[in-house]
Amino acid sequence: MNAILLSLIQAVAVLLGITLLAAGLTFAERRLLGFWQDRLGPNRVGWQGTLQIVADMIKIFFKQDWTPPFADKIIFTAAPIIVLTTVVLAFAVIPLGPLAGIMPNLNIGLLFFLGMTSLSVYGVILAGWSSNSKFALLGGMRAAAQTISYEVFMGLAVVGVVMLTGSFNLETIVAAQTRVWFVIPQFFGFLPFLIAGIAEAHRLPFDLPEGENELGAGFHTEYSSMKFGMFFIAEYASIVLISSITVVLYFGGWHGPWLPPAVWFALKIGAFIAFFILLRAALPRPRYDQLMSYGWKLMLPLTIANLAITGALMLGGIE
Amino acid sequence: MSVTLSDAIAPPALKSCPPAAQPGQPVPPSPQATTDAIETIWCDADHLIHQMQYLKTDQTQNYRLLLDITAIDERQRTHRPHPNCADFTLLYHVLRPTDGRQLRVKIPLTQDALIAPTLCPVFPNANWYEREIWDMFGIRFAGHDNLRRILMPESWQGHPLRKDHYSRATERGPFVLPASTEQAEQHALRDIPALAGMIDDTDDDPETMIINLGPNHPSLHGVLRLVVKLRGEEIIDVVPEIGFHHRGAEKIGERQSWHSFIPYTDRIDYVAGVMNNFPYVMGVEQLAGITVPARAQMIRIMLAEIFRIISHLVFFGTMVQDVGQLSPVFYVFTDRERALELIEMICGFRMHPSFFRIGGVAADLPQGWDARVRAFLAYLPRRLDEYQSMVMRNRIFKARTIGIGEYSAAEALDWGVTGPGLRATGIAFDYRKIHPYSGYDQLAFDIPIAQRGDCYNRVQLRLDEMRESLRIIAQCLKQMPPGPVKSNHPLAMPMPREAVLHDIDTLIPHFLNATWGAVIPPGEVSSTIEATKGLNTYHLVSDGTTQPYRVRIRTPSFAHLQIIPAISRGAYLADLIAIIGSIDFVMADVDR
Repeated sequence: MNAILLSLIQAVAVLLGITLLAAGLTFAERRLLGFWQDRLGPNRVGWQGTLQIVADMIKIFFKQDWTPPFADKIIFTAAPIIVLTTVVLAFAVIPLGPLAGIMPNLNIGLLFFLGMTSLSVYGVILAGWSSNSKFALLGGMRAAAQTISYEVFMGLAVVGVVMLTGSFNLETIVAAQTRVWFVIPQFFGFLPFLIAGIAEAHRLPFDLPEGENELGAGFHTEYSSMKFGMFFIAEYASIVLISSITVVLYFGGWHGPWLPPAVWFALKIGAFIAFFILLRAALPRPRYDQLMSYGWKLMLPLTIANLAITGALMLGGIE
Repeated sequence: MSVTLSDAIAPPALKSCPPAAQPGQPVPPSPQATTDAIETIWCDADHLIHQMQYLKTDQTQNYRLLLDITAIDERQRTHRPHPNCADFTLLYHVLRPTDGRQLRVKIPLTQDALIAPTLCPVFPNANWYEREIWDMFGIRFAGHDNLRRILMPESWQGHPLRKDHYSRATERGPFVLPASTEQAEQHALRDIPALAGMIDDTDDDPETMIINLGPNHPSLHGVLRLVVKLRGEEIIDVVPEIGFHHRGAEKIGERQSWHSFIPYTDRIDYVAGVMNNFPYVMGVEQLAGITVPARAQMIRIMLAEIFRIISHLVFFGTMVQDVGQLSPVFYVFTDRERALELIEMICGFRMHPSFFRIGGVAADLPQGWDARVRAFLAYLPRRLDEYQSMVMRNRIFKARTIGIGEYSAAEALDWGVTGPGLRATGIAFDYRKIHPYSGYDQLAFDIPIAQRGDCYNRVQLRLDEMRESLRIIAQCLKQMPPGPVKSNHPLAMPMPREAVLHDIDTLIPHFLNATWGAVIPPGEVSSTIEATKGLNTYHLVSDGTTQPYRVRIRTPSFAHLQIIPAISRGAYLADLIAIIGSIDFVMADVDR
């Protein structure tokens, strides 16, 4: 009974933490972008603009929740829920520290994560489809093609780590990195994984499903109020998710000298989040077909070569 | 004021057209004397195609660029320029790219036969100009495949630039928009794809769809509507629809005094400020025979070049943002702010200073201007270097722009592309060099060119041109001559105060100038400059009154928009955005 209560409390804490973190991230991103772009960013509400999130939330809650009359109402409503739910569910398997996290020692933890990220694309496609708007449809189409292509080598990239540890259990994977972080032996697995992760989160330079310069807002063009808010929060939550899973798989999870594990974990995630935002400040957006050929013709062969070499080395008895 | 200046200028040599192929009574081309000494010949509608074909293709003529087609409603004109002149005149303006020489062909039309053959087979870019003339004057073009209104809505009654069409809102009843009319107008917008010939009954491919970009769209740089036919993301056809920003600047010109029209010109290409004053005041000065003092000319050049930088910066930032790079637009707007501060210091105004005056500029340079300009000259090159490495060397940016939206030099000339868009195809055509005006011949600068004519070249050229503009500004700084900034011509300046109070002969002109405005001698003049985006021409017709009889504004943006369909077919939707961004247009400049 106590165990159930404990995990329930943990689950609620993680859920709240992620939502708040994601909301906070919207503010952090705008301030960081402002810093990198020689401007201020939001700095009026509260101390240094910290209450901007509250103001945004008030705004987004009180906006008219408008469902276009031409949309398929049920799917239109379900789509943002699917996106947010799957992203949040995926956090269940992330080990946040030693013995912390909701279900970090799930024996199929990594597969669960991959499954959840795959499911979330349904939300995006359905949003684009059910909006019954041409811009949204194009966005949804792009999302489908992009996510499916990039998932292929995302899955293959992590196999390298699985081979080294012999486990899908994320806690085991973290534990295996006490000596050396997997980013060193698995650098060519890490690279495709991170790139695929950015694509999964639809962040620049892989934000083609939104592609605001061509498509207005892409798949969520027709969304407003809290339904849009859910997509928005889900995007930032998936930044946190991709950052944490990258840290878990390749950067030794919570491991680190001197500082407590939770601090290490937060620091590492923070660095990746900042990297995500820097990408947005720095890079232009490739074209749809360029993105696809980059994935299939460069990243996929790279991942497969990485797997082959890892396998060969293991057979040869090195590491 | 009754002596026309055109009398003083000897008529130019007659351009002999080879014998007409058609039977009938050929009217021999007949020359007209003009104030600006641009060769002007009168022809008739039957021989138009023949004449234009000759001018375009004959080796001795080689007028490859159709600069402009416009019309003049001559019915209320008292100073008829030529015996052939009838109720309406069609005016074809061509230019020879090799030496910048211009030529006008005029076609008289009578009120009961407002029709002329279309010029589209000879010059493809005649298409939109002819639509505009149909829209504005009600002149039909036989053989034109899509003669629709272009600036006004299809439902508009009358043809606005006719002299019998009202020009002020007070001349018509109060404006009302009942729900039924609003709905009808909105439905009319839906018919555009069909009217433009995008939908044919045989085409029932379920893979294709028609999507509207704009008039409200983040990447269209203003109120432009692009009707795009897509297969997947591949573009089958594009039809640009314009007119949402139409303010009737040409019509307004006919009711403003010569002087008070200057502020309207600022708002034609609203990112290029005084650059728009330039051709207008030069034209009026030519009509009135005013010589501008050297200092005023140099100030004009300096301000125009600062605005060229401002315009190119805005172009650069927005273009780069169109391909998804979010940061540079903020950097360039910081730079633009510095340039605007210079403008503000000199003119007291930022975006639309209206600083040029007939006969000079509004005021002398303020004290300490040189230090501020020098600081700007030191500041910008480093920033341009940064943009070069941040954007032009970025691999994703290259992948998005190299080889995209390519056109050849021949295509560019066919479509009337000028400015950096033409120079990107390898033709070193810069009006400042080829036909120096306002003292550009005293300044050393180069014409950056590129070869491929793609989006990347067009962006790169603008960066290079900013450096050349900086060079010009640096020379202005060094060579700024002393002296007055306004001509002492009675049409340009108020009469001297002492003289006004002492003799009636100065009091009367003073009174007239102050109450009516200057009376500009009758005549016709075309004044062309190398504006930020290409050639900007003002064709001014004076009937010897206080107002222009006709103001024709030929803008580069209008010409450049026409090439979009030709270079977008087969590209992807995202390429279309890059193409639009690289073309550099301002919708106010298109619609006027």
